[in-house]
Amino acid sequence: MNSIVCLKEVPDTETRIEIRGGKIVEEGIQYVVNPYDEFALEEALKWQEKFGGKVTILCLGPERARESILKGLAMGADEVYHLADPAFLGGDAYTTARALAAAIQKLGDYDIIFCGKQAVDEDNAAVGVMLAEMLDLPHVSVVSRFEIAADGKSARAERDIEGGREVVETPLPAVVTAQKGLNEPRYPSFRGIRQARSKPFTQWTVADLGLDAGGVGAAGAKLQVMEVLPPPDRPPGRVIPGEPAEAVKELVRLLREEAKVI
Amino acid sequence: MGNNVLVIAEQRGGVLKKVTFELLGVGAALASRLGGSVEAALLGSGLDNLSEALAQHGAAKVYLADDPGLARYSSEGYCNTLAALIQTIQPAIVLAGATAMGKDLAPRLAARLGVGLASDCTDLEIDNGRLLATRPIFAGKALAKVKLNGDPQMATVRPNVLPVPAPDASRTPTVQPVAAVVDRIRARVVDIVSAGVGEIDVAEANIIVSGGRGVGGPEGFAPIRSLAKTLGAAVGASRAAVDAGWIEHSHQVGQTGKTVTPNLYIACGISGAIQHLAGMKTSKVIVAINKDPEAPIFKVANYGIVGDLFTVVPLLEQELKALLAEQ
Ligand SMILES: Cc1cc2nc3c(=O)[nH]c(=O)nc-3n(C[C@H](O)[C@H](O)[C@H](O)COP(=O)(O)OP(=O)(O)OC[C@H]3O[C@@H](n4cnc5c(N)ncnc54)[C@H](O)[C@@H]3O)c2cc1C
Ligand SMILES: Nc1ncnc2c1ncn2[C@@H]1O[C@H](COP(=O)(O)O)[C@@H](O)[C@H]1O
Repeated sequence: MNSIVCLKEVPDTETRIEIRGGKIVEEGIQYVVNPYDEFALEEALKWQEKFGGKVTILCLGPERARESILKGLAMGADEVYHLADPAFLGGDAYTTARALAAAIQKLGDYDIIFCGKQAVDEDNAAVGVMLAEMLDLPHVSVVSRFEIAADGKSARAERDIEGGREVVETPLPAVVTAQKGLNEPRYPSFRGIRQARSKPFTQWTVADLGLDAGGVGAAGAKLQVMEVLPPPDRPPGRVIPGEPAEAVKELVRLLREEAKVI
Repeated sequence: MGNNVLVIAEQRGGVLKKVTFELLGVGAALASRLGGSVEAALLGSGLDNLSEALAQHGAAKVYLADDPGLARYSSEGYCNTLAALIQTIQPAIVLAGATAMGKDLAPRLAARLGVGLASDCTDLEIDNGRLLATRPIFAGKALAKVKLNGDPQMATVRPNVLPVPAPDASRTPTVQPVAAVVDRIRARVVDIVSAGVGEIDVAEANIIVSGGRGVGGPEGFAPIRSLAKTLGAAVGASRAAVDAGWIEHSHQVGQTGKTVTPNLYIACGISGAIQHLAGMKTSKVIVAINKDPEAPIFKVANYGIVGDLFTVVPLLEQELKALLAEQ
């Protein structure tokens, strides 16, 4: 069971985002592994324990992302392919999926591709599914339960939908995008952390993938960000004073007469 | 390339989702700026009678793919059918809901058509003849205004944000049957497990009553659930409550839970961590009930009550019951 895990580095969810001149200020941002990609990696490692094979991390991102990738190796992944060529950067979900798809085609020899359901920076929730289409593979997205058949040729997944879950069966290879609840990502062990730096780590350029620099990254992006704005401020709220019974009466009146929501 | 807007209608079990009407509303506004009209694509099995509601909410035409092979949603069946339709009718803009279905389908369809995608948008307008979409990024800590190169321009739209247009009962549907393409579906839905009977999903609710670590345990959700029932509301939760195992993850609101935009969000025993706010800050009205007057949730709440939720929540329910009885 050879798995490829697409892992992205994103700002820590605690980060306060500062906007200056219609752009996000990058200084001072702390970066971490996208939380959903930790579920993706954990799932790959779990099935590797059962079936053997290898777990490969694929990451498109700047040189800086090396630290996050090392965490993935420390958790137990076997090797890394890092698309760090600046030409890959600044793209959108489409160009990212396209570069990842080209890398996966070059790697070949895989049974399953795990992604996160969403990267918590741009919140596209699109790359995994686009990747599936570009590789002509089936996909199951937002998966919270996952089981590979004993023969390793098909899988059964549950995905969250409004008011319930869909049970989906798919042949492998397929793309699966991980939702929270799928598993509990392991912490890297000391041994894992020690070994991480000696595991195979390959960087690929646009030319290595046989892609045209005009079709990837910022140059190829189909989505253009015109401007980034801070969200509108919420009007200042008020705490309703008084004893609970009084305050509740006043709250109900305000909800009804002022806010008109009940 | 034409100048029409195509709305991908969403139905489950023969019931149209409200977001479909919201899409028809914004779609009509966009189409009129382009000198075109808004149309709908409806996929499923045995759905003839849904075309009427689509027409009444603005669809000038309904493309209907009615086939037993589409009885259940599948990304491939829907994508294959819609890609063929879109290549024929060439709309300028294609819209879907940012729902479990829309988020699963739209990226696949965009990749098939070789175009980009603006996902989970909260506003759409036309600027210089092209779609200008607003989408929250970094879990709502910023808003990006984006445009798309290439045609059609595809976007998914967050439910509950845009208004439902008033239906016009005099409009009758123009239905054009289209071929379903269902011969190559690999990933198949074999079953649908529904959550508790009568349970409303937070992503679709008009009112949400949420509990956090302050509820103290699984049984602490009882007054929350009871208030929710009285209000016809969904039950939400913070991650702290979910991680403690007091309630299922499907209830979690926030950065690693669901993003919600109800009319009313009542946060009980929730401190208001940045990752929780990310999921609910765009609610129209926020009420916070917390015993700590310094809790950050009060900074985003329209109305706050400082007090013990086990006192305040039952009182609130009582008061609301009295009010509902009056009506
Ligand atoms: C990567 C990442 C993703 C995350 N995603 C999410 C997410 O999606 N959603 C989410 O919610 N969190 C998320 N978190 C967690 C978040 O940081 C907070 O830990 C969490 O929201 C805290 O939940 P809480 O407010 O219920 O608990 P606490 O912060 O412990 O707050 C409990 C509150 O209850 C009040 N209280 C206690 N007893 C009572 C009482 N009897 N009556 C009234 N008030 C009472 C207290 O004053 C306190 O304010 C995420 C964290 C990380 C790192
Ligand atoms: N730059 C990237 N490198 C590796 N994987 C990525 C990258 N961008 C997105 N992904 C994968 O696609 C998922 C969804 O990302 P997105 O569509 O950007 O929300 C992520 O959780 C990752 O698994």
